[in-house]
Amino acid sequence: MRRPAKLLMAISAATLLASACGSDDEGGADPGATDDDGGGGELVVYSGRNEDLVGPLIEMFEEESGISVEVRYGDTAEMAAQILEEGDNSPADVFFGQDAGALGALAADELLTELSDDQLGLVGDGLKDDEGRWVGTSARARVVVYNNEELTEADLPDSILDFTDPKWKGRIGWAPTNGSFQAFITALRVIEGEDGARAWLEGIQANEPLAYDNNVATVEAVAAGEVSVGFVNHYYLYQFLAEDPDYPASNKLFGGGDAGGLVNVAGAGILETADHVDAANAFIDFLLSTEAQTYFATETYEIPVADGVEPVEGVPTLDDVTLATVDLNKLDDLAGTLELLTDLGIV
Amino acid sequence: MQIVTADRPVDRPDPARRARRRPTPGLALGGLAVAAVALLPLAYLLVRSSEVGLDRALDIATSERVRGLLWRTGLLAVSVTVAAAAIAVPVAWITVRTDLPLRRFWVVATALPLAIPTYVGGYAFVGALGPRGILQGWLEPLGVESLPSLYGFWGAWLVLTLFTYPYVLLTVRSAVRGLDPSLEEASRTLGQGRWTTLRRVVLPQLRPSILAGSLLVGLYTLSDFGAVSLLRFDSFTRAIFVQYRASLDRSTAAVLGLVLVAVTLVVLGGEFAARRSGSYHRLHASGARAAPVIALGRWRWPTFGLLCALLTVALIIPLAVVGTWFLRGLDAGEPIRLTATLAGNSLRAATLGALASVAAAWPVALLAVRRGGRLGRLVEGACWVGHSLPGVVVALALVFFGARVAPSIYQTHWLLTLAYVVLFLPQALGAIRSSLLQISPSLEEASRLLGRGSLATTFRVVIPLARPGLLAGGSLVFLTCMKELPATLLLAPTGYPTLATQVWSSTSEAFFARAALPALALVLLSSIPMAILVLREPDR
Repeated sequence: MRRPAKLLMAISAATLLASACGSDDEGGADPGATDDDGGGGELVVYSGRNEDLVGPLIEMFEEESGISVEVRYGDTAEMAAQILEEGDNSPADVFFGQDAGALGALAADELLTELSDDQLGLVGDGLKDDEGRWVGTSARARVVVYNNEELTEADLPDSILDFTDPKWKGRIGWAPTNGSFQAFITALRVIEGEDGARAWLEGIQANEPLAYDNNVATVEAVAAGEVSVGFVNHYYLYQFLAEDPDYPASNKLFGGGDAGGLVNVAGAGILETADHVDAANAFIDFLLSTEAQTYFATETYEIPVADGVEPVEGVPTLDDVTLATVDLNKLDDLAGTLELLTDLGIV
Repeated sequence: MQIVTADRPVDRPDPARRARRRPTPGLALGGLAVAAVALLPLAYLLVRSSEVGLDRALDIATSERVRGLLWRTGLLAVSVTVAAAAIAVPVAWITVRTDLPLRRFWVVATALPLAIPTYVGGYAFVGALGPRGILQGWLEPLGVESLPSLYGFWGAWLVLTLFTYPYVLLTVRSAVRGLDPSLEEASRTLGQGRWTTLRRVVLPQLRPSILAGSLLVGLYTLSDFGAVSLLRFDSFTRAIFVQYRASLDRSTAAVLGLVLVAVTLVVLGGEFAARRSGSYHRLHASGARAAPVIALGRWRWPTFGLLCALLTVALIIPLAVVGTWFLRGLDAGEPIRLTATLAGNSLRAATLGALASVAAAWPVALLAVRRGGRLGRLVEGACWVGHSLPGVVVALALVFFGARVAPSIYQTHWLLTLAYVVLFLPQALGAIRSSLLQISPSLEEASRLLGRGSLATTFRVVIPLARPGLLAGGSLVFLTCMKELPATLLLAPTGYPTLATQVWSSTSEAFFARAALPALALVLLSSIPMAILVLREPDR
């Protein structure tokens, strides 16, 4: 009867020992990160962007600069809240978030320092903070993905507003719980007004759209012919096309100020309280370098924002989509959007 | 022979009362220190709420939106608790007392759904039963166009019930083991039927354990985010998350958090009142007699079938869905992301959390059981506050105090462990409390009379006797720490990925195939201590 209890304790003890040794090994392989209790390292980045997407990029930076980076990954909004709570004692040097709203909240609390003119000069207006406290590092556009065996681009309307036409009944897929979709609805409320946004949502609902959990599932459903069109972000399609050039789906872009082509950015800023300012600046420089911008274009299929780097062929450029007709800082009223979506029974 | 008195008044003075004397200063200080730590989230919520001013805070707290949320969330918590108890109490009884086929297997298997995090179980259920899910695919050729929607109240209810009923099961099962068969026999001899005996003798004796398990389930339901977000049920926790995610409005979120604390206090008040005094320990430590095996007769195989159905829904379906993610990933040539580092990090953090929670729960349980009184109740109540709050609120509270007051331990294992203690202390507390209740105070008194000091008595008499509770509480906290997410993300040392954070990272970008292996490893590793523990319990 006593043996299992001892076994349990032995396992716990062994685990503690093993993991203690394990972290020492890690330290050996990763110079500068020997202190597993944090605080060490030469640059501390809080990343709201996913490790699978930006991990390799940060490794490239470490190799080139010789600066070792400690990255804390998390949800963009929760991490921004964490920095707000940490206040003056934040260990973070750089916040790298995936939407403008969270960066805006940190800037509004005066937690971000002003970036250099060299850095800001690389990126056009509308893709950075007006007062220069954060800068966009890559952009993504809302698009309508369509099944190109069933439809041609000519079959599609030139405005997202026209998908309320009854001919789209049962043919639309969307992911209403997705953050990017909600940002798009916020933009719609700014551009078309509260009543316009509500009327559009009601019109789409009358067409009985199929709700998917995320953008990937929506794109797959379009390619499978389950629905004809899907309201998604632009870059998911290219991952499928990279695997299968004949993947039966294409993106329809919306320019000319249409809410359907809204551009949002991922961006970064340096904290006022950063301990490693030079390294932080080197990191921002790197994110805006040709190399990193090319990484965004070719690996994550996002739209490069720094001058002189072209997106991958087929991926939209900034000229193709709706830019800056909505001040990104105005996209912070997500609560109102959620209220609207909840009220209409969509989420 | 053991004597267990139920909640009926007994003429004999309650022996437990003899031991209720003023707490020693050390014990009182220990309990108060634990309570102070457990109340850190409350202090944080008060600081943040005060920023909006009292009037605005009251407006928010009494708004129509909040009333609606309270109603919906309360309804969910009550329904989940009732359903969990309805599953757990019969299963506990059947797996201990009857001649069920493969009974030992069921003892372990019925507890395992607890190892599945709701954020994995939720995805799995959407994948299996949701629109365009696996079941829909099977039924389509049969002409079934669409299944009833999984989203909303019933989906959240289903997922939460299936993955939390083991809280009740584990507490009730140990109580069923401790039942004295002679009481039932006396009742039968006095001419009562089997059902009357069950209702009037057995259930009252199981009452403290049913209440303790139900409290864990009910308050967990208030705090859960995984299930309500994936199944789109507009609950209180989801509303708090929306405040953070949508507008980074920490003050409104804090007011909502305070409302949740108030609800918790009301629930706790009810629970404390419902714990009638009575003693549940044996008068004589020796002579416990095993209960006779109840033959199920013609119900034997139907019962077996029902348990198979329960296991299929609560364990096999979720694991099978995660398994299909894995196979799909292998097909697509996804990299396999499971390293010893991930598993080691998870095990280390969870072990520290479990050890610390047990250590912190000890003085609180002693105060509550042995000394009773107002102090004991206050300290015990304080410990429950963290359990009903969403993890992100507790995590941000510790970010607030950690970064400002104790920067030297911020984002180290120390603070992460502290967060686990604040979040999961009640799980250890419940188990330790029940085992202390079963120790007769006369044993301690004998030790003191024989000249042992109070410390020596604690270490030589009380701790060895309470060991089942200490181990059970520790393994429950261990399992919960393994799957904990928000506090781990915010408070773990920077660059300290765990199985749970890896699952989150992959599923948040819809890389389900990459999440599969860490998710399976998470379920497997967190269930090991529980499986060992369940198996080492006495056979009947």
